[in-house]
Amino acid sequence: MNNNYIDHTIAIPFEFIMILLFVALLLIYIGVGIASSRYLHLRKWPLYRYVFYILGILCVAASVIGPLANRAHMDFTAHMVGHLLLGMLAPLLLALSAPMTLLLRTLHVTAARRLSRMLKSQLMRIPSHPIVASFLNIGGLWLLYTTDLYALMNENFFLHLMIHLHVFLAGYLFTVSMIYIDPIAHRFSFVYRAVVFVIALAGHGILSKYIYANPPAGIPAAQAEIGGMIMYYGGDAIDIVLIFILCLQWYKATRPRMSVSMGGK
Amino acid sequence: MADLCSNSRKPNDITRLKYTSRNLWSGVLFGIGFAAFIDETLFHQILHWHHFYDRSTTEIGLISDGLFHAFSWFATIGGLFMFADLHRRNALWPLIWWGSVLIGTGAFQLYDGIIQHKILRIHQIRYVENLLVYDLIWNLLAVLIFTIGLILVLRTHRQLKLGAKED
Repeated sequence: MNNNYIDHTIAIPFEFIMILLFVALLLIYIGVGIASSRYLHLRKWPLYRYVFYILGILCVAASVIGPLANRAHMDFTAHMVGHLLLGMLAPLLLALSAPMTLLLRTLHVTAARRLSRMLKSQLMRIPSHPIVASFLNIGGLWLLYTTDLYALMNENFFLHLMIHLHVFLAGYLFTVSMIYIDPIAHRFSFVYRAVVFVIALAGHGILSKYIYANPPAGIPAAQAEIGGMIMYYGGDAIDIVLIFILCLQWYKATRPRMSVSMGGK
Repeated sequence: MADLCSNSRKPNDITRLKYTSRNLWSGVLFGIGFAAFIDETLFHQILHWHHFYDRSTTEIGLISDGLFHAFSWFATIGGLFMFADLHRRNALWPLIWWGSVLIGTGAFQLYDGIIQHKILRIHQIRYVENLLVYDLIWNLLAVLIFTIGLILVLRTHRQLKLGAKED
């Protein structure tokens, strides 16, 4: 098995490019946040959103470059921790930083309108649909861990990059299709999202135990067992936060508005 | 705020009746979540009786376990938010709610004990010789909890309905 597929002539420019990218992403968000807070008609962009964003970018960075990412090539446990950061925690933190809201309030009115028209388009309905997002997210993981894709990924740099990009984007799409922090054009009821969420979470848990019992090609059984358990319990821990936010949004939306409420939803 | 305080002193029977089903749902969901929580913390993590994975698990067992595990997470949190919602509406009906908790807990424990442990073989209660004793206690306790919950709910509901008619 060839674990050191990244030779150092590629590795160093790659890490360097990624560091530049992450620094740029941080500076853009912080810069836009501070700049937009100067407008008199806008609220000051809240500090906690900056904190969520910075932590989110750090999670992505930790899973793509640095010691954890390097160990992930040899150690399935490290790989799984990296995937939890990249596919679940980073998307959650970044969704909570409300980047679309920040963008829409900063853009010039015509540009903002064009962007929101684009988000409202029928084409956007497809990927932002909870079921489609769940399939992209959980289905992608099934494909990765139950076929030869995992072994192939460790031999091909480009495939490695694409899969990590997919894990992050699918995780983000899934998160924003479940909890509505940013404005969302195509909305679904709480019960609908709750049902899809439970099935997606089940798919995640089932895959974790499947990995525990059936290690992907080239993974020692002991590593697959620990990796599966990290996926199972780590996934639970992050999903509790998602469930909490989803329920909190229901709780706020359903508050009684008058002294005699009409009940119902 | 003053209105809210005076309201909460006297529970409103009509509000309660209107929200009977939400009281039931909240309790049952929380009960299922509570049973799953005990199962996970006590039997998996503290006692280490249950195994994370058992080689004899059937495929359907894996799916059932995954679905119930996911559902119970949601049920715990969702049930508590519904509880908070009932509370702020002054519609919380404690006897119905507690009864429903017992129904949910008992039902889940019975499903776990009969379907998941015995038929789907996801794992056993404990890996010992006299497993039968464990199975019997587990499932009889489940039936007992479920029955107490059911009686509590039915009696409470009937009493309030009778009371409402006499008024």
